[in-house]
Amino acid sequence: MTLEGRRATETRVGRAGLIAVGAIVTVLAVTGAAFVIAGANPLDAYVAYFVAPLTREFTLLETLNLATPLLFAGTAVAIAFRAGYWNIGVEGQLLMGAIVAAGIGQLVHGWPSVIVLPLMVAAGALAGAGWALVPALLRTRLGIDEVVTTLLLNPVALFVVQALLHGPWTDPETGFPESPRIAESAEFPRVAELVPLIERSRLHLGFLIAIVLIVISWWILSRTATGLRVRAVGLSPHGARFAGIKVERTLLRVALVSGAIAGIAGVSEVAGVQFRLTATISPGFGYTGIVVAMLGGLAMPGVLLAGLLLGDLTVGANSAVRSLQIPSQVGAVVQGTLLLVVIGALALYRARTRREEERPADEGEPPPDEPAGLPPVEGAPR
Amino acid sequence: MTFLADILAATFRNATPLVYGTVGETYTERSGILNLGIEGTMYAGAFFGFAVAFWAGEAGAGAAAPWIGLGGAVIVGIVAGALMGLLTVTFGANQHVSGLGLTIVLIGVSEFINRQFFTGSTLARIEPMALWDPLAGLGPIGTVANQYGLTFLAFIVIVPAAWWVLGKTPLGLAIRAVGENPEAADVAGIDVFRIRYIALMIGGALMAVGGAFITLAMLGTFTLDIIAGRGWVCIALVIFGRWRIFRGVLGALVFAAVFSLGLRLRITPGFEDVPNEIMLALPYLVVIGALALSGRNVPYPGAYLKAYRRT
Repeated sequence: MTLEGRRATETRVGRAGLIAVGAIVTVLAVTGAAFVIAGANPLDAYVAYFVAPLTREFTLLETLNLATPLLFAGTAVAIAFRAGYWNIGVEGQLLMGAIVAAGIGQLVHGWPSVIVLPLMVAAGALAGAGWALVPALLRTRLGIDEVVTTLLLNPVALFVVQALLHGPWTDPETGFPESPRIAESAEFPRVAELVPLIERSRLHLGFLIAIVLIVISWWILSRTATGLRVRAVGLSPHGARFAGIKVERTLLRVALVSGAIAGIAGVSEVAGVQFRLTATISPGFGYTGIVVAMLGGLAMPGVLLAGLLLGDLTVGANSAVRSLQIPSQVGAVVQGTLLLVVIGALALYRARTRREEERPADEGEPPPDEPAGLPPVEGAPR
Repeated sequence: MTFLADILAATFRNATPLVYGTVGETYTERSGILNLGIEGTMYAGAFFGFAVAFWAGEAGAGAAAPWIGLGGAVIVGIVAGALMGLLTVTFGANQHVSGLGLTIVLIGVSEFINRQFFTGSTLARIEPMALWDPLAGLGPIGTVANQYGLTFLAFIVIVPAAWWVLGKTPLGLAIRAVGENPEAADVAGIDVFRIRYIALMIGGALMAVGGAFITLAMLGTFTLDIIAGRGWVCIALVIFGRWRIFRGVLGALVFAAVFSLGLRLRITPGFEDVPNEIMLALPYLVVIGALALSGRNVPYPGAYLKAYRRT
């Protein structure tokens, strides 16, 4: 390495360090302020939010449990964003999966689990993909921005849930707006039943499905030609088209796969956690999935880590409600702040590095592009 | 006739938050920034507008309290716009994710403060803004014109002024220039960064007022999920309106008309059996349908979604 090259690397490392410190200080300042407003000692709060859940077996397993929907949603979002398809409708697609799971679950009393569970997962995936189909077709056939259409279908999906719960599915016994409990054979088995070491935990099959999906997604995205096409479309749709990739077809498939994974998330919540459809079956998992995907850098190992981190944070936030009287809403503030600071810091680092690389002295790696690229809106002047 | 007048009156009322939001979003997008923080900005405007009005009322501000709350909402909107600017203009971060993250943070902060200070045994309420009835006595016309001050302000002042500023003034020209071709604007001596911040802060203030209208005028209180996707509707209306003020406002009126008709049909004989939720979902589907019919080959601003970097 030349002296100049080394110097550039050193300043780059120094700058990364500086930006990282700035990012950490910002996160601590904002979240610390929230904790102080909530009347808690920030240090105690950080321990309760991030450390305490990992110190006991029960809360550790609960972390995995609450991470499950976030892993699904994060995977769904990451796959779509990676292709430059802005699927912000994971929330609605998840609800569709939940509806189908609750519907099938009510009908299959007496059926064996071996048939019911695969049926529910497949139907939920189809429902999620189906909810994703219209925006995907509008985008690939007519060039209509999927951001808006996927977003607008989220409240519509919630209205469908509410219509069912206030109408045909109102629990006949309690009269509550909750669907009747699903059949026993439709419940996901507990991991505790499968793994003898674990005794007391609600951790369920959904977590294992999520892990398997993440591994498969990682393998496809990073080790197969299909994955290469997806990434190429995300990085540069025009370049990909020039290279002979069918961009529209890739986007359509990515959108459907993303919706299908979101649908399975809904199945997992109904069959593994609530055992019925409720109006609050998803406290915004679809949106938190965006946080997970971005914190994870749109790569599957990152999604896994980010999902577990936010699961940890959720368990911590829930227990801090009781132990420190911090409202659980602070959890959302911490999540959102993490997201904004991380993407802000990354963008700042990239902008500075790119400026440096545009000088002829340093001809190292090509400038890293935004991982998700820009959405190639058809007909938009570029 | 009264039926029609009622629907029309409700249409203008329900369109008001959308008009503020759509005009605000038009400004940010014309400068090249898609601000998906709109949902959160409207939410924060609704909440902080209410909170400031409530505290002002406690302090004895009387009838002025909701207007003081409106001032609070404007400040929150400007701060939200500046934050979006810091992320997307100064740092050059991805606009989709910055906006969605901003929405998550703003809704989170609003719900947290609400939980911390306003969740007690009794529902916190304020004396909402009064309706103004300048044409009373003119029958159905009087009914339609019986509106809140902020509605008159939106249609008579804000919309024409926003159109005039964007189309006829140096500031508007600068906003459009940095949104179409920031390099050329920069060469022409326009401070791209500054203009984008200004557009974001104007837009943020308008979005927040749109949200605050719901708490300060329509409801007099704050409830969770109060914006319920109205911000996303505004994003769609901007595209539907092809980034033009009056077309966007027209879209807002159409959405509000469908919405108001749905609400009205719920209490109309013959429609009792239709689930409420279908009526509530209908406007969203109408917007998607309108986009499907008219959203092809729309003229996106040239620098849409692009961060500007001086090289």
